[in-house]
Amino acid sequence: MSSVRLIARLDVKGANLIKGVQMEGLRVVGDPHERALRYYQAGADELIYMDAVASLYGRNSLVEVVSRTAADVFIPITVGGGVRSPTDAHRLLRSGADKVAVNTAAVRRPDLIAEIARQFGSQAMVLSVEAKQGRDGRWEAYTDCGRERTGLDVLDWVRRAQDLGAGEILLTSVDREGTRKGFDVALVRAVASAVSIPVIASGGLGTAAHMVDVVREGLADAVAVADALHFDRLGFADLRAASRAAGIPVRMV
Amino acid sequence: MRDVVVVDYGLGNLLSVARALVHVGGTPRITEDAEAVATADRLLLPGVGTFADGMNGLRARGLTEAVRAFAATGRPLLGICLGMQMFMEKGKEFGQHEGLGLLAGTVVAVPPTGTDGRRHRIPHIGWNEISAPDGGPLPGPLFTGLGARPALYFVHSFMAVTDDPERTIATCDYHGWPIAAAVGCGNLYGCQFHPEKSGPAGLRILENFLAL
Repeated sequence: MSSVRLIARLDVKGANLIKGVQMEGLRVVGDPHERALRYYQAGADELIYMDAVASLYGRNSLVEVVSRTAADVFIPITVGGGVRSPTDAHRLLRSGADKVAVNTAAVRRPDLIAEIARQFGSQAMVLSVEAKQGRDGRWEAYTDCGRERTGLDVLDWVRRAQDLGAGEILLTSVDREGTRKGFDVALVRAVASAVSIPVIASGGLGTAAHMVDVVREGLADAVAVADALHFDRLGFADLRAASRAAGIPVRMV
Repeated sequence: MRDVVVVDYGLGNLLSVARALVHVGGTPRITEDAEAVATADRLLLPGVGTFADGMNGLRARGLTEAVRAFAATGRPLLGICLGMQMFMEKGKEFGQHEGLGLLAGTVVAVPPTGTDGRRHRIPHIGWNEISAPDGGPLPGPLFTGLGARPALYFVHSFMAVTDDPERTIATCDYHGWPIAAAVGCGNLYGCQFHPEKSGPAGLRILENFLAL
C-alpha cells in the first residue's frame, strides 16, 4: 500500500526560515533553501513552503526560494500563503512547485478551488485549513494564522472543497500548532472521515509517538513536521523508525 | 551526448522534468515543434492532467503523428504519468478517448476501494514500492542500479492496463490492486510514477534512460 508521507514544513518570511509558536510569535531559524536540502537528504517525502507574511503584504514572495529549491531537491514541493488566483498558482507551479496550498482566497471565493483544479489538475490544488475548536466541540475554519474567523464549519468546508476539486487537505490545528503537545487527533479523524482525498495533519508534533497516534487514530495520510525538525529535536530517521516499530508503512530510505 | 527532447503540449510542469534531467547530466530541449519531436535522438513525453486534455493538446500542435513517427524509429522514448497513459490505445477518463496507440491497452480509473472493499484515497498519492510482476529483480536497463523494491512517487487517479501482461514491467500495490508502475516494449518505456519527484531512485531511472 501507499506509505504514510513525512513532510517537512517550512514557514518563510522573506529570505528567512521562521518558526511560529501558536501562530503568534516568530523566531528566525535559518536559510530555507539550505534547510530544505538538508531535509531532502535526510529523507523527507515532500516539502511544504508557507509564506508567512503573504497575507500582510498581499502577495506571495516565495518564487525565488522555490526556484532555487527545485534545482536540487527532487521531491514534491507544495507552496502556500497568499495564493489568490490561478495566475499566482501558475507562477509558483512554473517556478518549481508541484502543488499550491490555498486558504484565505478559497474561503473568500470557493470557486477559486475549481479554477485551479481545472487548469492545473486536482493534484495541484491543496486546501489549507486552520481549525480551531469552539465551545460546542465543533471546529471552525480560520485564516491569517489562526487570527480571523470565517464562520465556516470545518467538516462542511472540506466536503465542499473536495466537491469543487481540491486534491488534498492540509489540516492545521490552531490550538496545537507550535505546542509540541501532539495533534488534535479527533479533528484529524473527523476530517479524514469526511473526505476521500488525502489529509495531511499539521501542527503539534513533539514526539514520534504523536505521529503514530495521528496516523493510527487520526487516520492521517501524511504528517507535516515543522517545529521539531527546525529546532533539531527530531529527525526523519527517528520518525521512520518509530513508524516502522508501530507497523505504520513508511518509505524505506 | 545526452540530448533529450521534452514534448511541450501545454500540460504539466515541464520544468521539473527538465531540471531533473539537467541534474543527471542531460541536455533537455523543451519544444512543441513536430519536426524536432520526430527527429529527436531521445524523446520524453511528460504530463499531468486528463487523458482528453492531453490528447487534445498533442493534436492541437500536430504532435500525435510526430510522437508516433518517433516511436516507430525505435529510438528511446520515455512517457511519464499522463505521458505513459497516452501510449495506450484508449482512455476512459470522462468518456472514451483515443490515445496514441503505441501499446495495446486501456486507461481506466483506479478502483475507489481496496480489494477488501474499504474505501481508500483517490488520487493514489504518495510513495509506493514497485516490483517486477514475477517477483524477480526489476529489469534493466531502465531499473539498473536500483534495489528489488524501490519506492517511487505516485499521484494519479487513472491507470494504464496493457492487453499484453508482458508489457507491464513493474507494478505497485494499492490496497490489493496491482497498478502498472512501468511499461516497456523495445526502447519505449513508461513510468506511472514521477521519476523527477522520486529523489535519488527516480534520478537514477532518468540517468538510465539517458544512457540508452
